[in-house]
Amino acid sequence: MEVLKELRKSLLLALWFVVLTFPIMVIRVNTITDTIEWRWERAILMAVGSFVGSFLWKFLLARQEARKSRQTAKGSSEASDDGASAQKSLTERLLARLGWTRDTLREKKVAIPALAILGAIVIVFPFVTSIYQSNIMISALIYVILALGLNVVLGLGNMLHLGFAAFYAIGAYTYGLLNHYFGVGFWIALPLGAAASAIAGILLAIPVLRLRGDYLAIVTLAFGEIIRLLLVNLSGITMGPSGVKSISRPGLFGLDLSYTQAITYTYFICLALVIFTVFIVHRLENSRIGRQLVAMGEDDIAARAMGVNTSRAKLTAFALGAVWAGIAGVLFAAKTTFINPDSFKVWDSVLILCMVVLGGMASIPGVIAGALILILLPEYLRVFSDYRLLIFGAVLVIMMVFRPGGMIPKRRKAYKLRPEELQGSAAVPVGGGEGDAP
Amino acid sequence: MILKATQLSMDFGGLRAVDRVDIEIHEGEIVALIGPNGAGKTTFFNCVTGVYPPTEGQIHINPPGGTEVSITGLKPNRIAERGLARTFQNIRLFPNMTVLENVMVGRDCRLKAGILGAILRDRRTREEEEQVIHDSHEILKKIGIEQHVNEQAKNLPYGAQRRLEIARAIATEPFLLLLDEPAAGMNPQETRQLDDLILRLRDVEKLTIFLIEHDMSLVMRLSERIYVMDYGELIAHGSPAEVKSNPLVIKAYLGEDVSA
Amino acid sequence: MDFEFFVNLLFSGLTRGSIYALLALGYTMVYGIVKLINFAHGEVYMIGAFTTLIMVSVLTILNLPILAIAVIAALVAIVWSAGYGYTLDKIAYKPLREAPRLSALISAIGMSLFLQNYVRLAQTSDFLPFPRFLPTVRFLDNYDGLSSSQFIIFTTTTVVMVILTIFIKFTRVGKSMRAAAQDRMMATLTGVNVNKTISVTFLIGSVTAAIGGILISAHVGQINFYIGFLAGIKAFVAAVLGGIGSIPGAVLGSFVLGLTESFGAGYISSDYEDVFAFIILVLILIFRPSGILGKPAAQKV
Ligand SMILES: Nc1ncnc2c1ncn2[C@@H]1O[C@H](COP(=O)(O)OP(=O)(O)OP(=O)(O)O)[C@@H](O)[C@H]1O
Ligand SMILES: [Mg+2]
Repeated sequence: MEVLKELRKSLLLALWFVVLTFPIMVIRVNTITDTIEWRWERAILMAVGSFVGSFLWKFLLARQEARKSRQTAKGSSEASDDGASAQKSLTERLLARLGWTRDTLREKKVAIPALAILGAIVIVFPFVTSIYQSNIMISALIYVILALGLNVVLGLGNMLHLGFAAFYAIGAYTYGLLNHYFGVGFWIALPLGAAASAIAGILLAIPVLRLRGDYLAIVTLAFGEIIRLLLVNLSGITMGPSGVKSISRPGLFGLDLSYTQAITYTYFICLALVIFTVFIVHRLENSRIGRQLVAMGEDDIAARAMGVNTSRAKLTAFALGAVWAGIAGVLFAAKTTFINPDSFKVWDSVLILCMVVLGGMASIPGVIAGALILILLPEYLRVFSDYRLLIFGAVLVIMMVFRPGGMIPKRRKAYKLRPEELQGSAAVPVGGGEGDAP
Repeated sequence: MILKATQLSMDFGGLRAVDRVDIEIHEGEIVALIGPNGAGKTTFFNCVTGVYPPTEGQIHINPPGGTEVSITGLKPNRIAERGLARTFQNIRLFPNMTVLENVMVGRDCRLKAGILGAILRDRRTREEEEQVIHDSHEILKKIGIEQHVNEQAKNLPYGAQRRLEIARAIATEPFLLLLDEPAAGMNPQETRQLDDLILRLRDVEKLTIFLIEHDMSLVMRLSERIYVMDYGELIAHGSPAEVKSNPLVIKAYLGEDVSA
Repeated sequence: MDFEFFVNLLFSGLTRGSIYALLALGYTMVYGIVKLINFAHGEVYMIGAFTTLIMVSVLTILNLPILAIAVIAALVAIVWSAGYGYTLDKIAYKPLREAPRLSALISAIGMSLFLQNYVRLAQTSDFLPFPRFLPTVRFLDNYDGLSSSQFIIFTTTTVVMVILTIFIKFTRVGKSMRAAAQDRMMATLTGVNVNKTISVTFLIGSVTAAIGGILISAHVGQINFYIGFLAGIKAFVAAVLGGIGSIPGAVLGSFVLGLTESFGAGYISSDYEDVFAFIILVLILIFRPSGILGKPAAQKV
């Protein structure tokens, strides 16, 4: 009976979707050539797709519900013995299959060889593959930096920033224009691009300090568009829509590099900067500043009541995020040697957002994975590349509904306490804590 | 006195939620603020802690060993830095942070490490960080929730969440602790333990305590003085015995009972 | 000459304002109840226009007068757009009602991106000519400041506004909508079916958005899959400008924005036409975040 009812529901749903999408999916008109094309096979596809999809949707939703109720049950029960988050990530489950936990990865015995192998692969990569591959990898690494930058704002500060591409643009144009007009080299432009971008970040943050989350999204989006329109329209300086051409590649002590060498060199610069970014972002998130930022993102009012200067925290987050975008921008200009405003549209900001969301907000390994997947997958699976944006859109919705923590959810750091503290004998609990409860 | 509100008022549009309230708290006291639902107690706390700028009136503090200053209209974080800490009626923890981190955030306003320190992690920053971890853990022990140390705050049982809010508040090293309905939702046994906790905070930690509470038995057991609010106004003030026998108070509460 | 230019700008501003108003209604109503910026709202507007285009092309085989075809096509498109609005709420927002606001917002962005590319892939990424089927209004013939289509857009918007106001003021559903916007908890307690009310809100918002999409496309004469996004963002700006959650505010904000853009483009520079909206947004959020007609609200703690 239950099954029949579900079946009927799904059939109705399939019918609904077929009818709903009928005009746009099945009929294609071209009012230029005045032709109408009927694509009936798509209606059938839609029917089957939504029928199967509805089951999948229901299944995932039910699982989500179960997980939630388990969590609340655990929250209210007195004995919560393990502190690990109830949401097990995909990687955790994969590892579990190998008899590992995430902590195994942290153990020196495992971590060092794993890192060494990874390091070796990454280092030989440009030498054993083609220029084409290296170029793709450079893009991916640039996006890793961008995503880690956005992660400071979105992942730690919980602020939806839809204008991130503008800071990327500021970095790129700082280098592009300085190089074009004054012949400034890459290494000087790198800190300048970061600084210019950081200043823009602060300028944007000042008016939005008092705004609630959703307004922030719109204002940052608006800011991104304003910057892009300025780049298009200030053509006297920026060369407008045609952009800046023949930007120099990074120099190496004035050596003359061949094209291949230059790409390889750029690859290693990107790699170094990724490591640098990870290092700094990791240190930040486990510091006082990082904690205050996370606290502000979790509950603005409580954070302020605990003495967190949320205005300063917001400014810091925007500036820090922008620094990485600026660096990525300089790298981008150096890699492509050609920039124009088209590379910095709203949807480029959304792409970066998608990386952070897919990977796992606030989770550094997650964000890196997210960026790599979203850049490399469409490159290597050409069939995807047409559907790229469609899939990104779907990814955002699906992740939010079913896996808001992302592929590799952030796990809060468990602080190790000194042995004498673990014994818990140093202080007598005031007022008989729950520890004494029978 | 260590806290003094004079003629404090707060309007929301046309609604006067707090109406010319005068309150004074002295060092080492446990003072209660009571009143029927919607009397304006939480709003009063919000004004004192800077969540809302009061429409009218003044708030002064005089920290032990300090001088009297006005804190009217200061931002909440500035007020917290000056030594007023609070809990919230509807628990407002940092749900995804661990218990220890919640407390560490409380303590963070007493530290100096900036971005550079975070990145370079020099010796001073490292020592500071270790100190915070140590101190926060000590606080958790005092409050009696150290067994939860690395759990996410949202996964704690309800009573422990209330305690964690207190732990986080005292981590800011306040001289005055404002508790908004600390016993709400607790069972009688938990409430009794809370009694002890509050007394020890006062006697051992030398904190002054100002609390809003609906649990009258707790209020009568603990507080030395009681303020009563109704419809935004202060309608009575005095010792528990005085307040208990005050006809205005009885009317305010009975009136509420009839309508409820 | 100068005066004529001014009048031209005035009418084009009012036309823009009308379209923004039709869109802004959806934003403001949804925001009022669900507290969510429905980023995909502009996509519903675009889908309304696209469906009309498709239906008009298909229906030409019926050999009816163009106006009849246009009306049928538009009606079909409006119904279908309402279906899209309803469905997108059920898929992307309803599971997130209790989730953090950020999640729903990201989901909304995702939905917008998805629907845009759905239309791009299923149809085309090129601009398509859109039939200018809005009839000519005779009495405007010897007056060239105001075009027929501008007049029709303006009148239609006014009629829609009046109907909507009556609907919200006097019908049961309208009253539930207002109750839910004021306090969702209280509304539920007093027996309002909040889920149904939200669905109705999405339906109505989508209908007005589709009307806007159809009118503007017939006025401009071409469409592509991207027309909804910028229009949507600007309509949201208009809603914020007027005071989000307030229906008269949305209308007022839309006209203010439409006129500002029109005069800004005419007297300052048309290159920066799109910038004006964003500058207004930033200014209003700094100086009067509750908007022109909105009431300032302190967050309850
Ligand atoms: N941000 C706000 N905006 C509008 N009205 C508010 C706001 N905060 C509180 N109020 C109103 O002010 C009045 C006092 O509320 P308050 O929360 O201070 O009461 P309370 O004494 O704490 O009640 P309770 O015992 O139920 O917690 C109430 O009528 C409430 O609705
Ligand atoms: Mg209260």
